[in-house]
Amino acid sequence: MAQVTLNNVKKVYAGGVEAVKGVSFDIPDGGFCVLVGPSGCGKSTLLRMVAGLETITSGEVAIGSRTVNQVEPADRDIAMVFQNYALYPHMSVYDNMAYGLRNRGTPKDEIEKRVREAAKILAIEALLERRPRQLSGGQRQRVAMGRAIVRKPQVFLFDEPLSNLDAKLRVQMRVEIKKLQRALGVTAIYVTHDQVEAMTLSDKLVVMNAGEVEQIGLPADVYRKPASKFVATFIGSPPMNILPGAVDGPGIVALGETIIEARDLREDLAEGMPVEIGLRPEDIEIASEGQAGSLPFDVEFIEELGATQLFHGKLAGEPFVMQAATGEVAAHEGRLWIAVDPDKVHVFDLKTGARLGKG
Amino acid sequence: MQKNAYFKGLTIPFLLLLPQLVITALFFYWPASQAVWQSFLLEDAFGTSTEFVWFENYQTLFSDPGYLRAFINTIVFSTAVCVLSLSIALLLAVMADRQLRGGEIYKTLLIWPYAVAPAVAGVLWIFMFDPSLGMLGRGLLSLGIGWNPRLNGHDAMLLVILAATWKQISYNFLFFLAGLQAIPKSVIEAAVIDGARPMRRFWTIVFPLLSPTTFFLLVVNIVYVFFDTFGIIDTVTGGGPSGATETLVYKVFADGKGGSNLGGSAAQSVVLLIMVIGLTAVQFRFIERKVSY
Repeated sequence: MAQVTLNNVKKVYAGGVEAVKGVSFDIPDGGFCVLVGPSGCGKSTLLRMVAGLETITSGEVAIGSRTVNQVEPADRDIAMVFQNYALYPHMSVYDNMAYGLRNRGTPKDEIEKRVREAAKILAIEALLERRPRQLSGGQRQRVAMGRAIVRKPQVFLFDEPLSNLDAKLRVQMRVEIKKLQRALGVTAIYVTHDQVEAMTLSDKLVVMNAGEVEQIGLPADVYRKPASKFVATFIGSPPMNILPGAVDGPGIVALGETIIEARDLREDLAEGMPVEIGLRPEDIEIASEGQAGSLPFDVEFIEELGATQLFHGKLAGEPFVMQAATGEVAAHEGRLWIAVDPDKVHVFDLKTGARLGKG
Repeated sequence: MQKNAYFKGLTIPFLLLLPQLVITALFFYWPASQAVWQSFLLEDAFGTSTEFVWFENYQTLFSDPGYLRAFINTIVFSTAVCVLSLSIALLLAVMADRQLRGGEIYKTLLIWPYAVAPAVAGVLWIFMFDPSLGMLGRGLLSLGIGWNPRLNGHDAMLLVILAATWKQISYNFLFFLAGLQAIPKSVIEAAVIDGARPMRRFWTIVFPLLSPTTFFLLVVNIVYVFFDTFGIIDTVTGGGPSGATETLVYKVFADGKGGSNLGGSAAQSVVLLIMVIGLTAVQFRFIERKVSY
């Protein structure tokens, strides 16, 4: 078990494409770090650099107290779970799990013991003699996990391990991965483009965009105080509504004709500065016409999600979504007056997209 | 409910199969049956009378020391060509599979020999290795290495083996390269992380995953060395010196065309046919079962 440290890690491909532009963070021993971002944001490249499957252009990757830039993947004491599982198709499940141990010259009875142990944890004892093609997607996923845990590595690396599973199995495996990682106490780095996986699994969330880190923090903090418009719209489902507005004084923004309070807004900003205002669909409350800070919302249609309803429509001419518990708001189309808690108003710089918060 | 689309009755399926059946019957079964029929016949030297002699042609054949020799030549020749062309092609394919500068040119150039006709390939090798004309032949002699495929049977065998191998490497290379590229990159990466060094990785992961390709190529190569190498042998050595490079298929030609022994030649081709059917059947029966995963 070890902490992982990344120090100004860069990846430039031949041809000058900068995939990762200087990323620094560390993951404490036993931590679960999720790298999340849209495809092409450099998250997989970063993971592969930690694994040693990609060379590091500059910067430093350390596992424990050892810099591993020049260390072969086999000697980094890591295990990786791939998106397509990458099981060895010509080997039985048992041999798949034993392969890494055999390569390292582990005694036979020790291999047997560890494979049986891992198989028991993952409930795949009955499958040990089967070939990968005789397994379902979920079972293959377990074997891939088993192959990682028998090695007792210092770090687990997951490269979108659940994206080939169906929705139901994905939720189930997500919970199991988290439980397993807690039980084993192994540091984990997990790459995904799914923000729900990112929120639920991580105790350190790293949001990446275009090769750079947008925000690092606890998932709840990232959700509550997104550092940029990108993070705000990427984390959370349905995504945050973004509306054009302007600074109207300390802690006050104007959204069209309406003045609303934003408690987190920096106070040193020039009046009239153009900004973007972010409102989460789940933070919207119903107000009455004429109430201070209330906004007119024209509902166009309603999506039923069971426990909640999504109201789609237009606010100040912009597309807008509101989420409410079913039955809380009379579900009909037409005008609604809404309001937002001043603590839950996010304001972003129009030009840079950065959060204009008190820090 | 029948899941697949199917035809009622037999007329349409039969009509659809007819062209292929006609071609197969006309060009495969009819000549083959003619060969079998002819192998029981004995013709006089002028072709004026024909006699049905039962298995006499076969008896003569199996008591002929020249036939035994052709048999041994074939085993030596085919084993050497198969082993060499498969292993060299695999080595080249593994090298080409890595990301190389100019890799595409390298791959294209490696494919060219396949486009060379066997007779032309043979002539090419004669010119290179002829002891008095060939650059390489003369080079060998000037280095003090005794080399004369025109007189020395071993030299001649070596030369046809090299020529036939060279001709087949391109084909094998193409299939091996395609096979290597079909192995998922992540499986190799998983093996890297699992601590397998390159040689071990090759023998425990790459080679087993390549086995369907290898099996296919083995079947194709055996058919190649048994039959298609005729052109090379004919142009390079003509079966000589004194039968040192006479393989079974070459002897069929030499005895039938040159020796005008049609019955004996037909008997040989029947034996050859049975051998290849047998070999292929054995391969499919025993090896294919092991290579599927």
